[in-house]
Amino acid sequence: MRKVREWLIEKIILLNGFACILFVGLIFFFLAKDGLALFRTFSPAGFFLGTLWNPLAEPPQFGIVPLFLGSLWVTLGAALISVPLGIACAIFIGEIAPRWLREILKAGVELLAAIPSIVIGFIGITMLAPVIRNTFHLTTGLTAFTGSVALAFMAIPTIVSMMEDAITSVPRHYKEGSLALGATHWQTIYRVIVPAASSGIVASVMLGIGRVIGETMAVMMLTGNASVMPKSLLEPVRTMTATIAAEMGETVRGSEHYFSLFAVGLVLFAITFAINLVADMALHHKKK
Amino acid sequence: MKITAQTKQKIAFGFLGAAAVTVIVPVILIFVILIEKGLPALNWEFLSAMPRMGMRAGGIYPAIMGTLYLVLGTIAVALPLGVLAGIYLVEYARQNFMTRMIKVAIVNLAGVPSVVYGLFGLGLFVIFLKFGASILAGSLTLAIMILPVIITSTEEALSSVPRSFREASLALGVSKWQTIRYVVLPNALPGILTGTILGISRAAGETAPILFTVAAFYLPRLPGSVFDQCMALPYHLYVLSTQIPNVSTKLQYGTALVLVGLVFLLNIAATLVRSRIRSKKLW
Repeated sequence: MRKVREWLIEKIILLNGFACILFVGLIFFFLAKDGLALFRTFSPAGFFLGTLWNPLAEPPQFGIVPLFLGSLWVTLGAALISVPLGIACAIFIGEIAPRWLREILKAGVELLAAIPSIVIGFIGITMLAPVIRNTFHLTTGLTAFTGSVALAFMAIPTIVSMMEDAITSVPRHYKEGSLALGATHWQTIYRVIVPAASSGIVASVMLGIGRVIGETMAVMMLTGNASVMPKSLLEPVRTMTATIAAEMGETVRGSEHYFSLFAVGLVLFAITFAINLVADMALHHKKK
Repeated sequence: MKITAQTKQKIAFGFLGAAAVTVIVPVILIFVILIEKGLPALNWEFLSAMPRMGMRAGGIYPAIMGTLYLVLGTIAVALPLGVLAGIYLVEYARQNFMTRMIKVAIVNLAGVPSVVYGLFGLGLFVIFLKFGASILAGSLTLAIMILPVIITSTEEALSSVPRSFREASLALGVSKWQTIRYVVLPNALPGILTGTILGISRAAGETAPILFTVAAFYLPRLPGSVFDQCMALPYHLYVLSTQIPNVSTKLQYGTALVLVGLVFLLNIAATLVRSRIRSKKLW
């Protein structure tokens, strides 16, 4: 009796262990099922190479290029801000700050991570957008750059906390060896500690960027939602995520437009999948 | 003149410190602004009344309750699933290809964009399983989204229970499952709880996954069953700040403050649980 129960429980637990693989498979399947349905009526070349996204035109245009570039620009902008800031902040927290300051800074970064993206978007609309409009003398404050700034602050907690882990896990004797040779603390940091933690740093940057690409609500509220080919960071753009969130409500189930949004979702899924795989490999590499 | 290594260090540390300040100041600013502009809106009526006049007046009671229902539904699904998956990975799984695949799957689940979870929930729960836009569909979608958080924290909590505890129990002739159930799990419980609370706080704040699966634009009553739509705080804030013209900023900031306050309280709770374990740990 007891053996049967043990066996049964073990099998139930085994099933739960495999649930994650099942869910990833299901997500892929349901995105692909409706996403690929687009290509029954719309050519893949038109989707992947088309430079116009206008579902209401006659005939409707579903070119993903402007949306992809929109995501790319916003992400690059956010990365340019968040990567140096995040790395500097992590080094400061991990190596330089005295204990009391370290605890305060870490709490602040955790607090930043906890703020929901919709609240970041809301604060961005009411506080950040007017500042950007006035600084650069624009007609609207809702631009790719506005989105980048807000997203940078959403990526920073990911980058800082993972990088700080990477820095503090560098063996103590590396640092002591360097200091004993007469190197200053700063020389030790950038010649010894940062190179030793490099794979963790790569992983943290990748995951931070992954978070930015997938971010939806703040981006939808802040980038102005103009699905045009972006020419400058100070113009409104539209990202892939924002397109899905903004247009899904208006579509008819089973229509070409509906399928096209799933196709965009499939592309997003593929991109984040690749990013996470690379980040995971970087982390794994470190452990060996 | 040659700059000495010491001067270089001072300059470099100055820049690093400035970066840390640049990161922290906006966080403080956001909270000061939210509290300063949101606090005047908070009163008993705001928290307990239905919205009125096309949501330009009245309270946010149905949105608060909707978020609570969603969070409860999410936890009911994600907690058992995540804890059992964590137990499998730490206690049962061997170091083989399948285990590696499960870990890769968890990492990828954690990285899937929230709006893609929304699409997935729409495709599977709302349409394929015919749940319609409902609390059930929304909770299931959110549950899968926070699963990686719960699994990872369960794994950490279980691995931190010393091996000797298990060996002592097994040596007494106790079966493997009973050892896990009566020896390992009680010791890992606070760690699992911390991860669960952090998962809840993420689920409570997310908007994109509930857009197409549950959120109601305006529903001035409480849902009757799990097959009903409901309002939710994050979506309500989205509606107030972008979809309806001429909403008083007091109402918007009030809603934002309630949402951030809720998420913040959950995070404090998680931190308290975590520091309690650290101080009580006997091994």
